[in-house]
Amino acid sequence: MAKDKKHNTEIVTKPQWFDGESVTIPMLQILKEDGSFHKGADMPEYDKDLIVKIHDTMQFIRTLDERMIAAQRQGRISFYLASRGEEAESVASAAALDDGDMIMGQYREQGALAYRGFTVEQFMNQLFSNEKDLGKGRQMPVHYGCADLNFMTISSPLGTQIPQATGYAFGQKMDKTGKCTICYFGEGAASEGDFHAALNMASVYKVPVIFFCRNNGYAISTPSQGEQYGGDGIAPRGIGYGMKTIRIDGNDVFAVLRATQEARRLAVEENEPVLIEAMSYRMSGHSTSDDPTGYRTREEEDDWKVKDPLDRLQKWMMNEGWLDKDHVEEHHAEVKAKVLAALKEAEKVPAPHIDELINDVYDEPTPLLKEQLEELKEHIRKYPDAYPKTSGRID
Amino acid sequence: MAKMNLLQAINSALDLAMAKHDNVYSFGEDTGGFGGVFRATSGLTEKYGKHRNFNTPLVEQGIIGFANGLASQGSYAVAEIQFGDYIFPAFDQIVNESAKFRYRSGNEFDVGGLTIRTPYGGGIAGGHYHSQSPEAYFAHTPGMKIVTPRNPYEAKGLLLSAIFDKNPVLFMEPKRLYRASTGEVPEEEYTIPLGKADVVKEGTDITVLGWGAQMEMTEKAVEKAEEDGVSCEVIDLRTILPWDVETVTQSVLKTGRLVISQEAPITGGFASEIAATVQDKCFLYLESPIARVSGIDVPYPLCHEKEYMADHLKIYEAIKRSMNY
Repeated sequence: MAKDKKHNTEIVTKPQWFDGESVTIPMLQILKEDGSFHKGADMPEYDKDLIVKIHDTMQFIRTLDERMIAAQRQGRISFYLASRGEEAESVASAAALDDGDMIMGQYREQGALAYRGFTVEQFMNQLFSNEKDLGKGRQMPVHYGCADLNFMTISSPLGTQIPQATGYAFGQKMDKTGKCTICYFGEGAASEGDFHAALNMASVYKVPVIFFCRNNGYAISTPSQGEQYGGDGIAPRGIGYGMKTIRIDGNDVFAVLRATQEARRLAVEENEPVLIEAMSYRMSGHSTSDDPTGYRTREEEDDWKVKDPLDRLQKWMMNEGWLDKDHVEEHHAEVKAKVLAALKEAEKVPAPHIDELINDVYDEPTPLLKEQLEELKEHIRKYPDAYPKTSGRID
Repeated sequence: MAKMNLLQAINSALDLAMAKHDNVYSFGEDTGGFGGVFRATSGLTEKYGKHRNFNTPLVEQGIIGFANGLASQGSYAVAEIQFGDYIFPAFDQIVNESAKFRYRSGNEFDVGGLTIRTPYGGGIAGGHYHSQSPEAYFAHTPGMKIVTPRNPYEAKGLLLSAIFDKNPVLFMEPKRLYRASTGEVPEEEYTIPLGKADVVKEGTDITVLGWGAQMEMTEKAVEKAEEDGVSCEVIDLRTILPWDVETVTQSVLKTGRLVISQEAPITGGFASEIAATVQDKCFLYLESPIARVSGIDVPYPLCHEKEYMADHLKIYEAIKRSMNY
């Protein structure tokens, strides 16, 4: 066959069309739904401590989610967003990384943050927008961030973090840090222009970044297949950008671990950007503002319940003798008690002082901002009852 | 007449527009069978089919680019951006494309059939990204019309005008009032002209001007000021671009005083534009400096939302200061 050297492509003399079927991407699964391994599966590196930590973190997040949804229903917090059904993706991927690697999340990766060591008190302080919140109460609940744990603060606009991850990883590479960046996003956010810009630039610059797509079937009410995209999901796009790509079962802790461990090696040792598409299901609503009964059936949810990542892991661990029912129940009760205690405590902590309103707009408040704050304080002094959160300790 | 909330009034306008012309399309994120996160497009898929009211993939620049193309083809494209805060990926399509389509082609092509609907504004514990009032960014763009209603009656009449207006329109819906604001609304089609402010209440001592959700705050403030014996003329700007200079300046020539309130931060806000024009046209008639009551120059905060907002007490204080100047 002749070759066009300039474009590095074969020349054909009859039309040769390609379509979505030209590339079919399989899904890596190691742990079957029944809690046993596929025979001959390629295993990740793991030991008991690691798996127990992954399990306990997943269970912690699930319990936290349950309690906080209840707290939202009781009117104690304004909003919440659960990750039920997707805990394996965020927790096991974080477990495959170095603590010095940067995490850029979308907003459903509380599991990765918990794995890094964010405490239940820190979660609560953010959720209650109190003065101990690292984000100073400025953002909606679940918009966590923690520099110490290398977890970039969450921003609501979808997909904005994806090209930022490419840029961050470029800096990591230039500084020879030996670290990488993992960037989480949903299959819906992968429709944003930012996603395409990010992958293209990562491929051009060869930076140590892991793009981790949580394909959970829905962007709020919009189903992925046929309405979010017409092709075979997100993975083929990685190939289009010339990138190492894999599709995995996102409800399988071992598949997530295996793929992310290798992705990290490729990223850090070979400066290869990687795309992982993890297939899962958003078991809860998009958020507490959403009611999925308006757009999907109970049968569909039940079909996914049998694939639950936590149940699956627990089955395997119990067979292995690494977990028993007592531990599951005790740990659940312990986490629940901790969450409730932290919740009650965080509720009592006051809102940030009104002076915080103008800090961090710039590195230093401008003279105009200081003037605006003084005017505002004067106004609050005049009508203290109208601003009960701040009027009590304005001076 | 029927009692409707603001969402129902918008839904009714969309329904009537789609019934009127087969080439009116409604689309956006989650706006299909589900009816949008606020349910503004409820029932439209059932009534007009999934090719007339549909979901888009999650890509705002794509939604407006697609809408520009559809409008340039001669259809009526009514695109929803789920929150005003998420309109910015589409900034290029709006500012460089929608707004300049007619001008750059010498009127060979236009996107007059384009209407962008988007909920805006705060007071709903939405933090930075579910609260902003981005009108000023777009008001700096010749070629766009920007409209915002204050109640259900206005919403329906203005939206019907916007959809069939021969220019691209950004229709900003005050989401705080979506369910909170209710009123009698005709069930049939009617229009309210764009570019025309509404004198909501006549008065002689001071003009108090606002738009959208801010009108609720304004009316509460005015009630309080009138108890003090101040006669307020209340104006709803309704169309931010092109704005009704005539109605506003005529009022200020009569009262000699002007308070403008907006939700957005003060610096570079549209209130500043109005203040500059009014001082130019009414300079010798002004009894006191024109006052702007607005958010302060910080990103829209969550925990200090109440303190941040340009609420009725701040407007009331501004009226008092103006009167006592």
